[in-house]
Amino acid sequence: MIVRFIEFFRNRMALTIRASLVVLALVVLADAFLVSKEHAHAAVERIPGFWSAFGFVACVLIIVVSKWFGHRGIMTREDYYDD
Amino acid sequence: MTSFWLHPSALLLVGALVLPFVPKALRKAFLVAVPALSFLDVLSMQGNNGVYGVLQFMDWTMTFGRVDNLSMVFAYIMTLMCVIGTIYGLHVEDPAQHAAAWIYVAGALGVIFCGDYLTLFLFWELMAFSSVFLVWFRGRKESLASGFRYLLVHTAGGLLLLAGLILRYKATGGDLSFGPIGVDNPQPYTWLILAGFLLNAAVPPLHAWLPDAYGEATVTGSVFMCAFTTKTAVYALARGFAGMEILVPLGVCMALYGVVYAVLENDSRRLLAYHIISQVGYMVAGVGIGTELAINGTSAHAFAHILYKGLLFMGCGSVLHMTGTSKFTELGGLYKRMPRTFLFTMIGGLSISAFPLFSGFVSKAMIVAAGFEVHNYWAAFLLTLASAGTFLHTGLKVPYFIWFGKNNCSQETWERAGDPPMNMQVAMAIAAFLCILIGSYTPYLYNMLPYQQAAHAYHPYTVYHLSETMQILLFTALGFFLLLKKLAPEPKISLDLDWFYRKGGRAFFWLAQNPVQAVDSWWGERYRAWGLSGLMAGARLSALFDWSAVKGAVDGLASGVSSLGGRTAREHKGRLDESLATMVLASVSVFGLGWFCWMLWR
Repeated sequence: MIVRFIEFFRNRMALTIRASLVVLALVVLADAFLVSKEHAHAAVERIPGFWSAFGFVACVLIIVVSKWFGHRGIMTREDYYDD
Repeated sequence: MTSFWLHPSALLLVGALVLPFVPKALRKAFLVAVPALSFLDVLSMQGNNGVYGVLQFMDWTMTFGRVDNLSMVFAYIMTLMCVIGTIYGLHVEDPAQHAAAWIYVAGALGVIFCGDYLTLFLFWELMAFSSVFLVWFRGRKESLASGFRYLLVHTAGGLLLLAGLILRYKATGGDLSFGPIGVDNPQPYTWLILAGFLLNAAVPPLHAWLPDAYGEATVTGSVFMCAFTTKTAVYALARGFAGMEILVPLGVCMALYGVVYAVLENDSRRLLAYHIISQVGYMVAGVGIGTELAINGTSAHAFAHILYKGLLFMGCGSVLHMTGTSKFTELGGLYKRMPRTFLFTMIGGLSISAFPLFSGFVSKAMIVAAGFEVHNYWAAFLLTLASAGTFLHTGLKVPYFIWFGKNNCSQETWERAGDPPMNMQVAMAIAAFLCILIGSYTPYLYNMLPYQQAAHAYHPYTVYHLSETMQILLFTALGFFLLLKKLAPEPKISLDLDWFYRKGGRAFFWLAQNPVQAVDSWWGERYRAWGLSGLMAGARLSALFDWSAVKGAVDGLASGVSSLGGRTAREHKGRLDESLATMVLASVSVFGLGWFCWMLWR
């Protein structure tokens, strides 16, 4: 059952991707027009779609900075400690 | 209190001792019954807060049973995890592995319920000395070395703790009670005790033991290890150091540190281990914030974390158990072969990522909210940033590169792959169910939290919080798929701060073999010539009366460790026996020395 569920989406990859993008857009639109911001903690959070941008930038930053850090000599061959 | 109170650790310890003698036919039933009984034992304590099991030992009062809201929430989840972990390991025939795990849990529960530093220290060491076997039982050459490093680091941490509690004992005129230590006016002993706790909580720079040991432990062993050591330390911090401000930046650094290393990691279990550091960072920061909401958040997050991290280790452990590897560069595309394992791991991933309806959502947010509430915006925003990283790795990277993505499996890996034995699946199903229960029905967890009023005033399911979370998570996913190429796993290891003692250890050996050896033999000559031995004998004699008190406890522990070690050694041959004996002797004499100094000082 799990396999069939997964393959349902895998067989319709283009559609799945498009649907996901629509969901992303809806989430931002909902935030901009529907969600009340009275629970916001800081002023910046009142910018429409603030947390979307935050999530995306956070993700890119984490990947780029970590990989940069790793390739400064932190990542090394697997048998480094063996000799 | 005069009513009957049974320490759940006692059940587990007796169970561990009896286990090897239980006939094979009854063993599985016995394995389930003992942790289940200890869980029931904890359940029976609900609503019976008080102090039990007070013992007079020489001049000291040892308190084994402080039952209150804080200890109960930790004891509840730990005994429950012991049940789940044991079910997960039911297929393991070797009773010693189960016994080691139970003794380890008994140590953790001993710390949870203790009311004084002496009892805390005994159980603290019991944890280190029993859990190391969960690494050694893996039986690889690397696990032997990794276990020794683990033991050495924890021995050092134990010594810091011991030094701190001795100083405190002197400074306060004989106070051993374990409670709020007075964070507004920190003394040298405060820092020492804090360092001992922080080492077990794996706070950088004292963290490198964690991925080292957990990535190398047995499949079932790591399921236990991921739940108990760090969370016991979190409990100890919450009990003693609530409101200690330095813990906020430390916790935030931890949360980010784990995320950075998780990007680089190629071994799924080591990735999960780095994410323990990240998640415990939230709890440490919560302790640092120290408000009622923050301590509730810390307890709730520890509770949720034990389950979802256990579940994730069970999932990746199943992959290792079935295929023989846990590296992303040797896996991929397994969803057809291990669909159920995928589903369970995904539930763990969604829980740790704080998806609505999953456990992390109702626990992690409490800590972040507490940060915003005290206007610590830096901490709150950085913790939110780290939570994007959590989803990126545990919710996306782990499932994607094991079950989807490029198929890197060798022919053999592919053929071996399949959902694990039934008992492992049942354990994962229980944990997965609880993860969803906690997230979907908040009163289950919130009714157990230490500060009830604050717990009931907090509502995670507001429209704003839902919108915030969904935006962060979904746009993290977008970033993941856009940068997928950059994230492709590399067959590399990442150097961490254990480099210093792994490479530094070699420098030490060189020193020991060359200059120190020379000085030692020179000194040995003089020593014999001057007849210092007589003096030493006198000193030993005078020490006798003090020694006798602690001898029992220390000797018991030592002989237990060395006999179990002997077994491991026979199984794996090699020179384990010799080095183990040296190791045990060294640690016992170091602790002995500590005790001796204390006795002299009093």
